[in-house]
Amino acid sequence: MRRFLIFLLLVTCVFQLRASDDKTVNHDSEESFDPTDLIMHHISDSHVWHVVSWGEGEHQKHIEIPLPIILFEEGKLHLFLYSRFDHDTNIAESKGSYFLYYHGKIYNTDSSGKIEIDPEGHIINSKPIDFSLTRNVWSMWISVVLIIWIFLSVAKKYNGELVKPRGIQSLFEPIILFVKEDIVDMQIGKEKGAKYAPYLLTVFFFIWVNNLIGLVPFFPGGSNFTGNISVTLVLALTTFFITNLNGSKSYWKHTLTAPGVPFFVKVLLVPVEVIGLFTKPFALMIRLLANITAGHIIILSLISLIFILKTVYISPVSILLTMVMFMLELLVAVLQAYIFTLLSALFIGMAVTDEEH
Amino acid sequence: MDFLLTPDPGLVFWTTLTFGILAFVLKKFAWGPILDALKFREETIEHSLQAAERAKTEVEDLAKLRQEMIDSAKNERDELLKETRELKDKILSEARSEAQLEANKMIESARKQIKAEKLIAIKDLKKQVAVMSIDIASNIIESELKDEGKQKEIIDKYLDNVNFN
Repeated sequence: MRRFLIFLLLVTCVFQLRASDDKTVNHDSEESFDPTDLIMHHISDSHVWHVVSWGEGEHQKHIEIPLPIILFEEGKLHLFLYSRFDHDTNIAESKGSYFLYYHGKIYNTDSSGKIEIDPEGHIINSKPIDFSLTRNVWSMWISVVLIIWIFLSVAKKYNGELVKPRGIQSLFEPIILFVKEDIVDMQIGKEKGAKYAPYLLTVFFFIWVNNLIGLVPFFPGGSNFTGNISVTLVLALTTFFITNLNGSKSYWKHTLTAPGVPFFVKVLLVPVEVIGLFTKPFALMIRLLANITAGHIIILSLISLIFILKTVYISPVSILLTMVMFMLELLVAVLQAYIFTLLSALFIGMAVTDEEH
Repeated sequence: MDFLLTPDPGLVFWTTLTFGILAFVLKKFAWGPILDALKFREETIEHSLQAAERAKTEVEDLAKLRQEMIDSAKNERDELLKETRELKDKILSEARSEAQLEANKMIESARKQIKAEKLIAIKDLKKQVAVMSIDIASNIIESELKDEGKQKEIIDKYLDNVNFN
């Protein structure tokens, strides 16, 4: 594991060095470098997976993987690859409909590529329902394949015999036991926890592995998957539903009637408790999103420093700071998975408890 | 920046689907077997510890029992030895006193016999002395009585010794 991390860091450094070399050589020809654009492009989802670019101006070459676009528009299913979008006009034609690709979003348009813009500069063209298999989807599938592969091979080692954990099993067993004992059993209880342990274990490793894949600075890593609100929304909603669909009688009584307090306090407390039902998962959603996105933004900003200052001599500082950030992000990756799992377990534990308090 | 906080229905859909499948697959093929195995292991360890504890007390009991047996055997042996020694002493002293008695008896009978023999011998001797005396006397008498004077002298002597009272 440690060797792997060191390797990761080294690769990052080499990558950055090369990037800085490339850019400093031709900084004269660069007009101006906009770090916001670069960073926003990196942390948002995309319909194309950019692998690597080289060259400059006319000779610039990109290696990118066009991803499948799946659109529903007026009851029709449109299936095509990203590469169908015209290189210059960003317009694609499918089954008689025209679509415009602009800054990561797909809009309806006509054959001439008409764009309607409101006074604030936003495009107000209507949008088709977009179910495309974007970069984040593929990144998630990679993580899922990885997770399933890891834990199925771990599970295979438990074949009914009592033996000392070996290999991959001895790496993951302490982590599984940690989640099981120090999170699930502690927050929910040993008996009731057994029902929720599979979900909490899954969510822990799902977030952790995706956080780590997001930190890999080259293809096929680097997507800001766990920093995407759609993802954290799904995870937080899952916790929300599990919590409230399994809520015990005393939990609802406690939430909706606030027993043991005077009436005028009840008037204030009950709405607060009800709002609290929704703020808890909302906080889960925002916390994960903000932490992971912030990490990506900081690392990208530190690297962008080289291009903003247009000097290669700042790169040691950038690289050093990025390395420090990377270490921190490796910690954050597991920490956020832990916090999400712990709080989910806490909420579920509060909801399923029978005791009056 | 608004894209950061606007959920994308497509990604929500795919994430839900994938996460659901992942949770199902892991629950069925990973967490189920793993958690069962861990629980089984935990229980086995607990049972083994209890069994070991039981075995330990059993062994301790056995050791105690063995010690008791050894102790009682030792006591028994000691007692037996003591008894035997007493018996030996008794037998020895009995034998000794009996032998003494026997010896005394034998000595007594020997003494009696000796006494009897002695008496017989004395009697015999007396008889022989008497015979010899008679012989001697007769010889003397024969020789003495050849002379008248002497005969008279002996008779006188004899008569001197005889008191007529």
